[in-house]
Amino acid sequence: MSSQHLALLTAKGISKRFGGVHALADVGFTINHGEIYGLIGPNGAGKTSLFNVLTGIYSPDGGEFIFDGQPLNGLKPNEVAERGIARTFQNIRLFANLSALENVMIGRHVRTHGNVFGAILRDKKTQAEEKGIEKRAHELLDYVGVAKRANTLAKHLAYGDQRRLEIARALATEPKLLALDEPAAGMNATETTSLKGLLADIRRDGTTILLIEHDMKLVMSVCDRVLVLDYGKKIAEGSAAEVQKDPAVIAAYLGGEVLLNLKGAA
Amino acid sequence: MHQFFDRKKYPRGAWVGIALIAIALVVLPFALTAVGTAWVRITNLAILFVLLSLGLNIVVGFAGLLDLGYIAFYAVGAYTYALLASPHFDLHLPFWIILPIGAAVACLFGVLLGAPTLKLRGDYLAIVTLGFGEIIRIFLNNLSQPVNLTNGPQGITLIDPFRIGAFNFAKRETIFGLDFTGPVKYYYFMVLLVIVIIVINLRLQNSRIGRAWEAIREDEIAARAMGINTRNMKLLAFAMGASFGGISGGIFSATQGFISPESFVLVESIMVLSMVVLGGMGNVYGVVLGAILLSFVPEILRYTVEPVQKALFGRMLIEPEVIRMLLFGLALVLMMLYRPAGILPSALRKRELEAK
Repeated sequence: MSSQHLALLTAKGISKRFGGVHALADVGFTINHGEIYGLIGPNGAGKTSLFNVLTGIYSPDGGEFIFDGQPLNGLKPNEVAERGIARTFQNIRLFANLSALENVMIGRHVRTHGNVFGAILRDKKTQAEEKGIEKRAHELLDYVGVAKRANTLAKHLAYGDQRRLEIARALATEPKLLALDEPAAGMNATETTSLKGLLADIRRDGTTILLIEHDMKLVMSVCDRVLVLDYGKKIAEGSAAEVQKDPAVIAAYLGGEVLLNLKGAA
Repeated sequence: MHQFFDRKKYPRGAWVGIALIAIALVVLPFALTAVGTAWVRITNLAILFVLLSLGLNIVVGFAGLLDLGYIAFYAVGAYTYALLASPHFDLHLPFWIILPIGAAVACLFGVLLGAPTLKLRGDYLAIVTLGFGEIIRIFLNNLSQPVNLTNGPQGITLIDPFRIGAFNFAKRETIFGLDFTGPVKYYYFMVLLVIVIIVINLRLQNSRIGRAWEAIREDEIAARAMGINTRNMKLLAFAMGASFGGISGGIFSATQGFISPESFVLVESIMVLSMVVLGGMGNVYGVVLGAILLSFVPEILRYTVEPVQKALFGRMLIEPEVIRMLLFGLALVLMMLYRPAGILPSALRKRELEAK
């Protein structure tokens, strides 16, 4: 009963095919409230496919997600965001020709209500809402550490700042679950360390995190539990330490033949 | 020019700038009448193009949806006005009722066009909208039977001018010793309308809705992932742009007194799009400037090409019509080479320079 209460996202038997390729085959897992849940696996294992199915960009061929007690079946990406799942992208997808501030302000869209008439008439309510949007956007820029770059176009930000801005934009939608697709990719060691701090802050402030990451040091140090995918199948799940020792995981990362050879030697 | 409009930074400069522009706009028709009455008509047509460009700018500039059939909404507005205020059906509704109806009908057509094209972008969307524009024109051309709805290629004549009680926009009158011709009255009405629509555009751009449009323009997938209902927002952009087109069409009907499908050909759509692109897509002031330039320059050339050639060579070497299009094409090519973002690029880039 208590695990039912703790679960924020449950995936049951998620499958996705692209032609003959099983990108995801019967993947199931549970993410609890307040967790940082890692998703790892070799390139092409299906991590990003899982993100895309979860956020409504693709619809799954089988299985379902239960998020916060409600099924996510058939929802469009914007409806998934409205339910409280925000994501970042592996290949950064900021609004390149808009300022950092505007990028975050756009993230507020789903939690605000101003309509055309409000925009044209600029009544008190709309003005107050606009002020709120701008204030919150500044706070979030400050939170992720790019406040000084508020008026810079997103495309002119340094790479690490772009990654942080994408997180700020996602946080602006007030997600219950923040899904990050390789946030540390392309970051140097210092940047990764401060990203680790940011992830800890986000979790402390009440947002659950689903993290795809290749940087094993980061995964092992921040994730409470880790799910390992290989060829679209779940091959292991558990704490970082457990997963690291799992022979199937080692085989997936080092290659199946290595494992066979080891067996042969034994 | 920028400091004149920045009311926060330069409050005094802003008011002086606004006052100067207001005075210029009030005096302009009388100055133009002194040069020639034709110029007031040319100015009115230029203002109509400003209205059209501002409407198209919502679709193309804000939301990034390339629309090559925009003139169809202008046609819908024009025919709505013509049918409701002419002897054709013997209906003579007042203009303040028809203009909103025209806007609403055009808006409906905007949604009708928008709905099936929601998943298209760029080239594909351009082709479909182009087709839509042609379909509307061909319908107007052929809807004279079995029921004579549009009077076909002959068009609709004797369209009512604007009237408020006894005040007729088409009649010449003298008020306070000043000579108000029909075009001068329309001029004032249209200038007021343009100002209202500029304000609407600026406010829309700088709002939750405008930001959603910009997000769609920049990256539709990211916009959806951020919770923006891209379907509704695109339809809204089409509907808003179309209704501005519809209003412009109604005014066109009333000022011309005669319309036919020939006024709504593809070249007109391309012209309006050129105005938006040349002026600076997404920048309201740029779009206004683009529309004014592209409306006036060909007219100025029409009146200067002949005398200049006679003075230089003693005779006409190239027909005015030919040289006009030649220079027009050259201007567009040069613009795209040296200022690809338009004469006045959108405000964002300016802001970025200030931040550095």
